[in-house]
Amino acid sequence: MSEAMRTVKFKIYRFNPEVDIKPTMQDYELTIPDKQDMMLLEAILRIKAMDDSLAFRRSCREGVCGSDGMNINGRNGLACVTLLSALKQPIELRPLPGLPVIRDLVVDMKIFFEQYAKVKPYLINDEPPPAKERLQSPAERKKLDGLYECILCACCSTSCPSFWWNPEKFIGPAGLLQAYRFIADSRDTAKVERLEALTDPFSVFRCRGVMNCVDVCPKGLNPTRAIGHIRSELLAEGN
Amino acid sequence: MALPTYTFDAIIIGAGGAGMRAALALAESGSQVALVSKVFPTRSHTVSAQGGITCALGNVHPDDWRWHMYDTVKGSDYIGDQDSIEYMCEVGPQVVYELEHMGLPFSRLDDGRIYQRPFGGQSKDFGGDQAARTCAAADRTGHALLHTLYQRNLAEKTNVFSEWFAIDLVKAADGQGFAGVIALNIENGETAFLHARAIIFATGGAGRIYQSTTNALINTGDGIGMAIRAGLPVQDIEMWQFHPTGIAGAGVLVTEGCRGEGGYLINKNGERFMERYAPHAKDLASRDVVARAISLELRAGNGFDINGVSCVKLKLDHLGADLINSRLPGIRELSLTFAGVDPIREPIPVVPTCHYMMGGIPTNRFGQVINVDEHGKEYVVEGLYAVGECACVSVHGANRLGGNSLLDLVVFGRAAGLDVKEKIRDLPLKSVGEAELDAAMSRLNRWDNTREGESVSQIRFEMQKTMQEDFGVFRTGEHMQQGLDKLLQLQQRLNHAAFKDHSRVFNTTRIEALELDNLMATALATAHAAIYRTESRGAHSREDFPKRDDINWLTHTVYHGEGHRMTQRAVNMKPLHVKPFEPKERVY
Repeated sequence: MSEAMRTVKFKIYRFNPEVDIKPTMQDYELTIPDKQDMMLLEAILRIKAMDDSLAFRRSCREGVCGSDGMNINGRNGLACVTLLSALKQPIELRPLPGLPVIRDLVVDMKIFFEQYAKVKPYLINDEPPPAKERLQSPAERKKLDGLYECILCACCSTSCPSFWWNPEKFIGPAGLLQAYRFIADSRDTAKVERLEALTDPFSVFRCRGVMNCVDVCPKGLNPTRAIGHIRSELLAEGN
Repeated sequence: MALPTYTFDAIIIGAGGAGMRAALALAESGSQVALVSKVFPTRSHTVSAQGGITCALGNVHPDDWRWHMYDTVKGSDYIGDQDSIEYMCEVGPQVVYELEHMGLPFSRLDDGRIYQRPFGGQSKDFGGDQAARTCAAADRTGHALLHTLYQRNLAEKTNVFSEWFAIDLVKAADGQGFAGVIALNIENGETAFLHARAIIFATGGAGRIYQSTTNALINTGDGIGMAIRAGLPVQDIEMWQFHPTGIAGAGVLVTEGCRGEGGYLINKNGERFMERYAPHAKDLASRDVVARAISLELRAGNGFDINGVSCVKLKLDHLGADLINSRLPGIRELSLTFAGVDPIREPIPVVPTCHYMMGGIPTNRFGQVINVDEHGKEYVVEGLYAVGECACVSVHGANRLGGNSLLDLVVFGRAAGLDVKEKIRDLPLKSVGEAELDAAMSRLNRWDNTREGESVSQIRFEMQKTMQEDFGVFRTGEHMQQGLDKLLQLQQRLNHAAFKDHSRVFNTTRIEALELDNLMATALATAHAAIYRTESRGAHSREDFPKRDDINWLTHTVYHGEGHRMTQRAVNMKPLHVKPFEPKERVY
């Protein structure tokens, strides 16, 4: 007895700098059992088994490592937590927008990570640590929820028009979310310096509240709100 | 010499929890250190750890690291090395406080101290009541830990070779140890020789030898493959942990912390069956015990049928939305995504799923790799270290306790880093010749020069299927022998396999081919070791040898790649500060 099958259509961005002058969109078809749904990543892995020249990043396949961010039918997301059934065909896959393409769906994330590093995303506390843990109340700790969970997939920053125009100067939603994660940490003693580093017209203030970042974040985080908090803190500090 | 050479004091291969903790320990030494990782560091598999990191802080109840040690020795089914376990449990609290000082966002108790939850196999007072010893950042502890370590490494300006793939060790020209590794820059496809006084392997697990695994796609046993090809032994590699609760069909992990918070397993009759298998610890018995219990329930026809997959269910709905949202938010998200089930309302369908490699490259408690000479005498391979899942130090023995993996990473990552720091000036930069470099390049050259052959994905698929069918929760000699025969044939086919795309820039197919060599080496080592150990102990459960046999097998198994030779190695029963824990019958 043969199982009923269906065909899923894809259009995938292809660019190999060794042979291509410019990118093209390549058609693929995948045949899968009629009743079966699957994550987009699984479908792309099957396409790669047919065409081993297709390049993309992947690791955890469960939405926590942030490797497989891509532009899926015009919207940034993680392939590993996107169900095929939720997508209109042909499914159009492109690299994350606004970053240089290395090959196919693989982008150069250098500038994204540089903006992240710029906010000093690590705890600063000049006092000698106690013998045990630094105390933090559950209420203080709760302020880090919605901030620390970021997986650095870059879906947010690469959906942000301000980041597209000024990727060297505007920190972008992912970096700013982490900037606020440390500003909000009761154990951090560098709040003043952290805020001072953000007073220029670009780092924070290029955010125009478009909120694409909130719309696409696969972890349901809200960088726009964090940016709002940074702005309030800057006002409170009198900058 | 055409090959570009980069010289460092130390290179660390792998940027998960162990590799990054080692890098930090070295950061203050003023040494030149390179952290080499095939993925950007925060993509490493440590990120997927959920439930927590175990150590006796005593924040919830009075606690003692010796109790933790007792549990770990018992959990290991007595083949964990007691000097290493002692060291890990004793230094654990200090190492966890260090993580807190680095900024790790632990969940908190009302008094502001680190939150600790109950986990499987934990007891107070050497086998007494259930303990709560696992420190947690909600159910995202691995993510919090990995990002914190990456952030600290950013602060320390660690030199990261991101998206560089280590291919093979390069032997020293005088035959004494290793001079470095050949590595491939994935972005441009070019190779280089990384020359160093010290090499730390922190390459993680190899769960992708199985079809159904909680492991990331990158867990391909790269360190195991490199070690075996370099003539180094691999220890206790038959010991694979099957986590009781992987989401049925998807394989995605559901933390033991769910049961720690009060969840429990039910069969299709709604029965809390663990009460029958482990009357005292119930759902918080050791993982090997729970995984076997589930398998027996499924075999007895007591499973639910979810789209043709037989499974049991993990019930959490009685815990209430508040607890689930605050303590297990990631589990709720994964369950909704991968099972289509909201655990606040319905139980999650789960099955035992390959999760963790207890075996690995044998080391002492400083992380130094141990080899055995032709007379069976052990010696330290100077300058070579292994830490984390790729190592067998051995703190997990035949069965790892939940929450001990993250602890292992940071304790021994740190220990190896400190040991290298202390010895670095005395370790020579060993010279190499063309012959050694050519040897280390031969594997890549073989792949690059083969244009026609069977595909990597087909061979990988058949290997995973064989491991799943013949080396699972329950094993028999007959099936394992059949499985081994298939693997040996697959190895032959792999020697002639090919890929079509020979371009250089970000060629992930080329990487997958190199990874399959490592997977196959790990699978073959597993098969040989599993057939060799004719008893049942911990995760290694043989139906043809159902009893533990302390007379013959209270020992490590050692696999040697050349001729697939198996030997034994004594378990360390000599802790430094406490009396050894003698083997007893293991009941929960």
